[in-house]
Amino acid sequence: MSFEEICQVLKSQFGDAIEETAVDSCRPFVTINADKWSEVAAFLRNDDRMAFDFLQCISAIDLLAEDKLACVYDLAAISPVSSTQDMTYLRELAVRVVTDRNAPQIPSVAHVWAAADWHEREAFDMMGIDFPGHPNLERILCPDDWVGYPLRKDYAHPLEYHGIPGTTEHELKSPRH
Amino acid sequence: MANTIAPNNPAENSAPRQADVRTEEMLVNMGPQHPSTHGVLRVVLRTDGEMVLESVPHIGYLHRCAEKIGENVAPYQYVPYTDRMDYLAGMNNNQAFALAVEKLTGLEVPERAKYIRVMFSELNRIASHLVAIGTYGLDMGAFTPFLYCFREREMLLDLFESACGARLTYSYITIGGVTDDLPENFVDVCSEFLDYFEPKIDDYNNLLSYNHIFVKRTGNVGVVSAEDAIRFGLSGPVLRGSGVKFDLRKAKPYEIYDRFDFDVPVGLPGGTAEIPRGVVVGDCWSRYYVRVKEMVESVKIIRQCLRDIPDADEKEGVCNKKCKTVKLPDDEVYMEIENPRGQLGFYVKGDGSAIPARVKARGPSFCNLCVLEYAGKNCLLADIPAIIGSMDVVMGEVDR
Repeated sequence: MSFEEICQVLKSQFGDAIEETAVDSCRPFVTINADKWSEVAAFLRNDDRMAFDFLQCISAIDLLAEDKLACVYDLAAISPVSSTQDMTYLRELAVRVVTDRNAPQIPSVAHVWAAADWHEREAFDMMGIDFPGHPNLERILCPDDWVGYPLRKDYAHPLEYHGIPGTTEHELKSPRH
Repeated sequence: MANTIAPNNPAENSAPRQADVRTEEMLVNMGPQHPSTHGVLRVVLRTDGEMVLESVPHIGYLHRCAEKIGENVAPYQYVPYTDRMDYLAGMNNNQAFALAVEKLTGLEVPERAKYIRVMFSELNRIASHLVAIGTYGLDMGAFTPFLYCFREREMLLDLFESACGARLTYSYITIGGVTDDLPENFVDVCSEFLDYFEPKIDDYNNLLSYNHIFVKRTGNVGVVSAEDAIRFGLSGPVLRGSGVKFDLRKAKPYEIYDRFDFDVPVGLPGGTAEIPRGVVVGDCWSRYYVRVKEMVESVKIIRQCLRDIPDADEKEGVCNKKCKTVKLPDDEVYMEIENPRGQLGFYVKGDGSAIPARVKARGPSFCNLCVLEYAGKNCLLADIPAIIGSMDVVMGEVDR
């Protein structure tokens, strides 16, 4: 099933929830409305034509120019489990879910793909996206009391953290910027 | 040797085990400084006597925000940072990032460089698995196999050193090819090593794999079913240990892997072929043994590389000349390769300049580690190092 065919099925099923299909991209992706993402994800996982059972990655991106944040979900459908035949990817799909920068919220899909649990925590930690429905949305890489979201484009790193200077004396004397 | 091992008592296999060792609940903090956590991993265990009821991993102690650095340097400058993610498999990490950028920019790689890349990523796979196997023996109280593994690994590091000058953080595979051509006589030295190395794998098996105590410690421990392995997004030997014959080198051949003949080892039930009794598909022993078998397959691939590698082309060289000047288009790409630990993916987004707008690494250790919460439940305290060790995590890449 090609990317266009997958988009066709999604459009007939969800209509307006499918906002954009970037076919000409180096790796085509489909943009899905954040409000409908939870339903679409369950459909992608459970429908027999789709059966995307493997979540490869969730990459949170900062679209500063558009004043948006987004998550990119890389999904794959693996052929039936076998211990004798070499298994392959039947199809792959990249999904982009865009959200507002000031109150970023994307429904959690941790109940659809267990793998999303840590990926979403990372996106929350690094990009500050809230995932309603996540079982345990806490910072994962940064300490719990860290301020700000490091991978946002406008992030300013702290000058002090628990007495540890965030900048060297040399930098204070001759700032880089 | 394998046949002398008595089958496990089936009643003992069903969790929860041994109710008589329960006392009262206690929280035990394991790590971040602990010899069997393979780096700075902290696991909070809720224990009841010898039983572990729950284990919660806490990560981030080695976080260096490598992804942020990726947004500030050109791709060829970022290659050395990828070395420091999974520092036991630097070559594979370089390769993953290089392939992602090449796919995004459409940069061509010279034919000879492709062979060199495959060869070195397979050599690095062996080196990485040797550490995994050796230190897993250490975790299980077997000191000697570690020394044998490191003896051979040392020779591999010498090979890497002869090619690129570094023993751990290579940056040898770079955007558009490799930094330098092979040293003189490399083909002979490498095949000599392979001839020496291949029989050593039997030694490891005799020393460790079929050791009665080792099988007792790892067989039927931390079992992850095939369905759960896919649900949790596991990959690499951890996925294949659960009997899932999925390997990106076969499933979605990148570079030139479709030209080679090799097999994908998977976890098999105990009592069949060379698998000792007491082992079940998806347990720690299966994950460990997949790594042993993968070394054999890597040797096969390297031999085919050495046989087929084209001669150096003076004009073309081994690296695309545009590797440092290439601009990233306003587009995005996600590229995965099979690293010794599993699927290492790089998401790279360009914005028309020479510096990426976003670099995201999907670390296999990061994804594999999330299953610890699930596998490290209702087991014995001594099983926890066995489970963590069998995941073969490298914290540098979990925390990035």
